[in-house]
Amino acid sequence: MNKLLSALTILIFSFISTHAIGGDDGKLKVNGNGNNGYIEIKDCFEKVNRGIFSFNQVLDKVIFKPLAKGYRMFPQPIRSGTSNALSNINNVVTIPNNILQGQFKEAGVNTARFAINSTLGIGGIFDVASYYGLKKRDREDYGQTLGVWGAGPGCYFVLPVLGPTTVRDSIGSLANMYGGDAWYNVTVANDTQYFSEADYYASKVLSGVDFRAKNLESFDSLENSSVDLYASVRSLYLQDRYRKVRNIDKTTDTLSDDDWEELDSQ
Amino acid sequence: MKLIKNLIIFLFLLNLNNILYAKDPSALINEIVDNAASILSSEDPVESKIIKLNAIAERSVDINGIGMYTLGKYRKSINDEQKSKYQKLFRSYFLKSFSSRLVDYTNPKINVVSQKKINDKYTIVNSILEATSKRPQVKIDWRIYTKNPDRPLIRDLIVEGLSLARTQKEEFNSIIQNNDGDINALFKTLEEFLIK
Repeated sequence: MNKLLSALTILIFSFISTHAIGGDDGKLKVNGNGNNGYIEIKDCFEKVNRGIFSFNQVLDKVIFKPLAKGYRMFPQPIRSGTSNALSNINNVVTIPNNILQGQFKEAGVNTARFAINSTLGIGGIFDVASYYGLKKRDREDYGQTLGVWGAGPGCYFVLPVLGPTTVRDSIGSLANMYGGDAWYNVTVANDTQYFSEADYYASKVLSGVDFRAKNLESFDSLENSSVDLYASVRSLYLQDRYRKVRNIDKTTDTLSDDDWEELDSQ
Repeated sequence: MKLIKNLIIFLFLLNLNNILYAKDPSALINEIVDNAASILSSEDPVESKIIKLNAIAERSVDINGIGMYTLGKYRKSINDEQKSKYQKLFRSYFLKSFSSRLVDYTNPKINVVSQKKINDKYTIVNSILEATSKRPQVKIDWRIYTKNPDRPLIRDLIVEGLSLARTQKEEFNSIIQNNDGDINALFKTLEEFLIK
């Protein structure tokens, strides 16, 4: 039971710290290699998902938004240091995923960044590696790796507290608990004298709060201008994951012009 | 023969005119950003700022084009009357949504960094919204419709790789789909938004 609770808690905070923002007939088309340049992602149990989404919204208003606002009141150097340290910890998941995706150069850079920032950067608080020309790379996770290996996203659904996800991304997150996350291994999975479980959970809560604090205005803006917030969040989440799986950086690589071209020809 | 010769000269001059006066998409974005920044940093009352921002949007955004795009597959099934009603509603919705998103910013600093022509109709302009103490820097790309080079128009904003037009389209399509394909449901939702 305790193990299950731990797994759920970890999943929750892993998802909160992920960029989570993403129809019609329960399907959502995303630019891809399927029919007509699209793949279809089913929104399984949309009615239930909408209910869970509303519940998450309440939770956000009551807990996460106030926490994020409070966090914003800390001086900028403290927030930057926290953000840097959390990002440094994330490298222990990014590096194996770099390797699994065949990104050996990125794996090398991230390993060097982790080593430098953990030592000279005092536990990652200072991004000394950037000063030496080792710029921060994109974060990678097991969901992305599964995508790179050809696994489709599967159904889209919303989890309580965790927020939007797909079957593939959920399975990817579980890999963290089965040896895929060194930070989890030294805090929760194994009893070490240096770290405790609390360190792990605190880091996940902080990641969520840090992410929320950075996006306070964008979330408010989205909420105020949206006529179907659930559908907007679903669309944004799926677009974001699509780009991350394909490691796309340039807009011109992500946009299918089909819709616009069709519009011009009418 | 003379007629053909005159026609060729006329077409050449027309094309030359286009080349001479074609507006660079990056210049368009720089101009919009500068104008918006000066409005947002002014001491004007909020209502006045909104009017001025809307004027910029009316001039430089292809609101009708975006409106039709956001209808997705349903744009093929609506009649002229519904189309006309939708375009009016969408225009009002877009302007309200646009100005309310922007008016909270006091002095956004956006720097154009590059542009890439996709084809004769589209150019993507890449820019960066500078970081502040509250948020990190944000990559904003602008999809510019350049079919008429004299009057390039914005058709989409892609924030950190996320297309706002596509998001809007999926939002509208969700509303219509969840109401058995009835476009009137979207009209009702937009009307409710406008009186909010």
